[in-house]
Amino acid sequence: MLNYTIKRIALAFLILIVVMLGMFGMVFLVPGDPASVALGPRASPELKALLIERMGLDQPLLTQIIKFFRNAATGDLGIDVWSKRPVLDVIMEVFPNTLLLGLVSIGWALIAGIGLGCVAVVYRGTYLDRVLGVLSVSMIAVPSFVIALYSLLIFSVWLGWLPAIGSGEAGDFWSQLRAIILPAFAIGITWVGYLSRLVRASMLELIDAEHIRTARAYGLPERVVVLRYALRVAIIPTIAIIAVGLGGILSSAIFVESVFSRPGIGTLMTSAVQKRNYPVVMGTVLFMTAFYLLVVTLADILIARLDPRVRDVLRG
Amino acid sequence: MSTPLFEIDKLSLQYHTNGGAFHALRDVSLTARRGEVIGIVGESGSGKSTLVSAMIGLLSANAYITNGSVKINDTDLLTLSERKRRRFRGHDIAVIFQDPMTAFNPVLPLGAQLIDFQFHRRGVSKRDKRQHAIDTLTHVGIAAADKIMAKYVHELSGGMRQRAAIAAALVMTPDVLIADEPTTALDVTMEAQIIHLLRQLSHDHDGTIIVVTHHLGVIGELCDRVYVMYAGQVVEEGPVDAIYHTPGHPYTTALIDCDLVHLDETPRTLPTIPGRVPDLAPPPAGCAFANRCEKAQTRCFASAPPRVQIAKEHAAWCFRVPGHEVAQ
Repeated sequence: MLNYTIKRIALAFLILIVVMLGMFGMVFLVPGDPASVALGPRASPELKALLIERMGLDQPLLTQIIKFFRNAATGDLGIDVWSKRPVLDVIMEVFPNTLLLGLVSIGWALIAGIGLGCVAVVYRGTYLDRVLGVLSVSMIAVPSFVIALYSLLIFSVWLGWLPAIGSGEAGDFWSQLRAIILPAFAIGITWVGYLSRLVRASMLELIDAEHIRTARAYGLPERVVVLRYALRVAIIPTIAIIAVGLGGILSSAIFVESVFSRPGIGTLMTSAVQKRNYPVVMGTVLFMTAFYLLVVTLADILIARLDPRVRDVLRG
Repeated sequence: MSTPLFEIDKLSLQYHTNGGAFHALRDVSLTARRGEVIGIVGESGSGKSTLVSAMIGLLSANAYITNGSVKINDTDLLTLSERKRRRFRGHDIAVIFQDPMTAFNPVLPLGAQLIDFQFHRRGVSKRDKRQHAIDTLTHVGIAAADKIMAKYVHELSGGMRQRAAIAAALVMTPDVLIADEPTTALDVTMEAQIIHLLRQLSHDHDGTIIVVTHHLGVIGELCDRVYVMYAGQVVEEGPVDAIYHTPGHPYTTALIDCDLVHLDETPRTLPTIPGRVPDLAPPPAGCAFANRCEKAQTRCFASAPPRVQIAKEHAAWCFRVPGHEVAQ
C-alpha cells in the first residue's frame, strides 16, 4: 500500500514536470518575443533589451528552465503584467469561488445522479428506466456552456428569477446562493447523467453478483451484506468518476464562468489570454494541472485502499 | 427408521415470467440421513440450481413456491420468517459454491470473510474465530493457512480457491453440506484432488453431504444414493450401484451412455441425447422425457407416469421400467 502510494505520487510529480516543460516550450514557440508583446509595438529597442535582461531571457535555456522550476517550487509563479501583483495571489483570490462552484456542482450532481440511478435500478426494464436512460445520455451529450447559455436566457432574461451575472454580494448568503444556482446547474447536469448511468450499472452488477449471494447464503444479516460486502464494491467506480469530475469541472468552469461573468479561475484565464497576460495564463494552467493531479492522485490512493486488485496492477 | 436429517417433500416451484408460469420444480421429494452422501444429477435446465436455491431459501424475486416443505431436523425452513431462516443458513445448511472466483468478495481478504461467516457463533472472540478459520483451512489441505488469511481471492490459485470455498462452507460445521458443481470450474488433476478431499470430508463429517452435479462420474466417486432430475422432476432415485447397473428410467440409461468412462472405445463423435429439454411454461401433460425417449408410447405423452418401486430404495417414474412394465 505504501509502495503504491509513493509510486502514485511520484507519477503525479512526473506528469507535473512534463506539463511545466511543455508550457516552457510553448513560450518559445509563440511568434514574437515576450518582451515585444509586453511592451507593445512602439517600444524602443533599448527598452526591449532592458526588459529581456530583467526577465532573464538573455540567459542560457537551461538556466532559464532551472530558474522556472525553482520559482514554481517556492510558489513564485511570476508577476501579473497588468496589476503588478504576484500571480499566485491573484489566483488564490479567485480560486475559492471556482472551488465552491465545483463542490456545489458535484454535490448536487451526486445527490441527483445516485438518486436517479437507484430509481432506474428499482424500475429496471420498465419505461421509466428507458426514459431515464435517454435523459441521462442527453445530459452527458450536451456541452455545459450550451446549458449555461439557455438557462441564462430562460431563468434570468425571460423569467427574471435568478441573477444573470456575478457571484452575489460578498457576505450575503442568499444573494450568493441565488448567483450560484445557474452555473452549478449548468456544470453539474452532465455529471448527473454520468453518475446515474454508473450507479445503475454498478448496482445491477452487484444485485446478481455471486459473492453477495454467498454472503447471504452463509446467513450474514442484510445490514452487513449491504454495508460491508456490497457498498465497498459499488462505491469504487463512483469515487473514480467523482475525482475525474472534480478535475474536469475546472475546465467546464472556464466556459460557464465566462457565460455568467462569475469571478473565478476560468474568467481569470480567459481574460488573461485575451490580454496576452502570459504569466497569469501560465500560472492558471499550472495551478489547474496541479489541482487536477492532486484530486486524481488522492482518489487513486483511496481506490487502491478499497480495491486490492488495483494495487496489484501497479505492483506489476 | 429415524427421521431423516434433511427432507424435501413434494416441493413445487414456479417462476413467473412474461411467457407465463415456468414450472421449474414439480413434486420434488428427497431425503438424506445423517452420514449419507446424496447425489443430485441432471443436465442444465433440469432444475438443479433452483433446487439448491430453494434449499437455502435464496430464491429470485419472481420465484414462488406453490407446494411442499424443506425440513432440517423436522423444522420446515419454508414456513420460517426470513430472520429465523437466516439463522439456519451457514449454521445448519451451507453451500460450497460453484465458482469460487466469483463466490468470494473481491475486495475483502479471505480471512475477514471466513471470520464474518461465523457470525452466528455468539460470544466467541474474534481471535478464536480467526483461529478456527485457520484450522478449517488447514483441514481442507491448505498449507500456511495463516498467510492465506490475508490474501484476496484473485491472488489464489484455482485449486486453492476451491479448497477455500469448501472451508468457507465448513467453518460453521453445518449439518447439511451442499456441494454445488464442486468440480466444474477445475481441470482434471484438481478435480481428482477435490473429489478426494470431499470423500475424506464425508468420513469425518457428522451430517449429510449433498452433491449437485451434471457429471455422473463425480456421483459415482462420492455418493451413496442418487436422485436423477429431468425438467424439474425427480425421474429416478436409488443407490449408486443400482442406478449404474440396473437403471430404471430411459433418461438415466441415456445419461450413462453419454458418460465416456463407460465406453470401451473412444467414439469419433461424442454421444448425445437427441432432442432438447421441453418448455416448462406450461409443462407437458405426460412424461417430460417422452419427446426424446426411444421407448415412448402414446400413453407416455398423455398422462404422467407413476412411481415404480424397483427394489428397496430404488424407484423410477416410468411406465416402462425393464421388468416392471406398467400394464396398459
